[in-house]
Amino acid sequence: MEAAPDPKKLLGKEAVFAAFPENAAVVALSAMATDAKFDRNEFTITVARENVLAAAEALKTAGYNFFEDATAVDWYPSEPRFQVTYHILSHALKQRIRLVVRLDSENASLSSITSAWPSANFYEREIFDLFGIHFGGHPNLKRIMMPEDWNGHPLRKDYPVEGYR
Amino acid sequence: MSPVAAPDQINPGIDDLIADDKRHHDNDSSKDQTMVLNMGPQHPSTHGVLRLVLEIDGESVVSCAPDIGYLHTGIEKTCEAKFYQQVIPLTDRIDYLCPMTNNLAYSLAVEKLLALEIPPRAQYLRVLLNELTRIQSHLVWLGTHAMDVGALTIFLYCWREREDIMRIYENLSGQRMMTSYFRIGGLSLEPPLNFYKQVQDFLNKMPAQIDQYENMLTGNPIWMGRLKGVGYLSAADAIALGVTGPPLRASGVDWDLRRDMPYSGYEKFKFDVPVSQGGDVWARYQVRMLEMRESIKICQQALDGMPEGRIVADAPKIVLPDREQMKTQMESLIHHFKIVTEGFAVPAGEVYQAVESPRGEMGYYVVSDGTAKPYRVHMRNPSFATLQALETMCKGRMLADVVAVIGSIDIVLGEIDR
Repeated sequence: MEAAPDPKKLLGKEAVFAAFPENAAVVALSAMATDAKFDRNEFTITVARENVLAAAEALKTAGYNFFEDATAVDWYPSEPRFQVTYHILSHALKQRIRLVVRLDSENASLSSITSAWPSANFYEREIFDLFGIHFGGHPNLKRIMMPEDWNGHPLRKDYPVEGYR
Repeated sequence: MSPVAAPDQINPGIDDLIADDKRHHDNDSSKDQTMVLNMGPQHPSTHGVLRLVLEIDGESVVSCAPDIGYLHTGIEKTCEAKFYQQVIPLTDRIDYLCPMTNNLAYSLAVEKLLALEIPPRAQYLRVLLNELTRIQSHLVWLGTHAMDVGALTIFLYCWREREDIMRIYENLSGQRMMTSYFRIGGLSLEPPLNFYKQVQDFLNKMPAQIDQYENMLTGNPIWMGRLKGVGYLSAADAIALGVTGPPLRASGVDWDLRRDMPYSGYEKFKFDVPVSQGGDVWARYQVRMLEMRESIKICQQALDGMPEGRIVADAPKIVLPDREQMKTQMESLIHHFKIVTEGFAVPAGEVYQAVESPRGEMGYYVVSDGTAKPYRVHMRNPSFATLQALETMCKGRMLADVVAVIGSIDIVLGEIDR
């Protein structure tokens, strides 16, 4: 990680982009980012739903070569309800970037990034299974954890912890 | 592109996939000899309840689709209903061969949210225990992997040494497998008096034991025949498919989180990261054997350099007070009562903490909304991603090689299904 000018917290696109003009992810996503955060030594950059695949490609070109993880957070009942989070690592820069996409509950779908990183395959299936977020262009979008005839998506906040009895 | 919205549609299952495949191959006269073979979920060499749907042409594998989820217990959902400190016992059960590594990754993530400073002694003990865990996990891997490909004796030897580590765990935490020894802010108990001697005895004898395993396996023509050139994975494929840990390093990618993004004081230790260019099952075997030797070195450094001091952070509102204080001081009693009954609030935010588990990169993504219960805990588990590379490694090879390949990627179904 680069030395932070302020170790605390930087909120908002302008503040983060002004503090780290050299950062590879900042350069790569400067046109697409809608929001950014630098908190606890971790970069978070938010992009719009339609830009997710373009952002993934841009990060890959910028040297973030390794897709680590994708998951979602359900902020029910507030809107936009879903936050899809990707963690992408650069082996050369020894840096990690968190890419965030926010989705409304009515249209919980976005493009798959499996064309950029085939390793996103299982992760997107898991999000589809447990959150019910649809990934357009995914090669094999099926439930992965739950039985195929299961109703509902267990990691949503309106799904009871004990399940439906 | 415009994504298609069909969020609640129930998709066809793996059986439809097989039917699709069959239909596809019916039109292709060169492939009309293929058959579908179910391997698992109850199969001794799938190391748990993994089901593989293998399409085979004679004895060579045409395609291989893993079917997982048999052990899914919804741990991520359960975490959301617990206090932060109550999640630690759940993390043991995810990757049950390296409980301490799970504990560490989760504790570090929450400590990052809380901005807690961990005393050096706790950090050293954590490193020591993590490396013991790595040796223990690699011993289980070696024993079962060798047994899968037909070398039965080595299994007993590996279990013998593993038992020593289990005894160390038991002496330390009272438990052999589900240790739950770590706490947010440090460790749960001061190690017992004979702990250091017990570890030292183990470290003294272990290098000779590893030599013994290598004597039995490394030059063995059957072992070499089963492993060499099998399950090849190129560096580019390994990165594209999300492979981490020993399989990644065996494909020639020099990446180890302990060295490259150090955590818990790993920057203070000197060790080599074994890398092999082979990319096959044999290379993975060699990398893990060398890793065990490196872990012994790290354990020795941790024992020799063990600093004095407390094993928990100075944070009375987060760390439980010791028994003596709790019984004599009013303030400690109040803190104890509050922590146990209401938990402790964690500042809002999100963190991702990755550690190098015996199987690769284990990451915990913790989201806090400022209350005493985590809003979301997600585990990035190495086996889950590595399993995606199985088809690439098995395609075109013989059916019997699938067993060797599964052994070489060292999967634990508990962490795949969670």
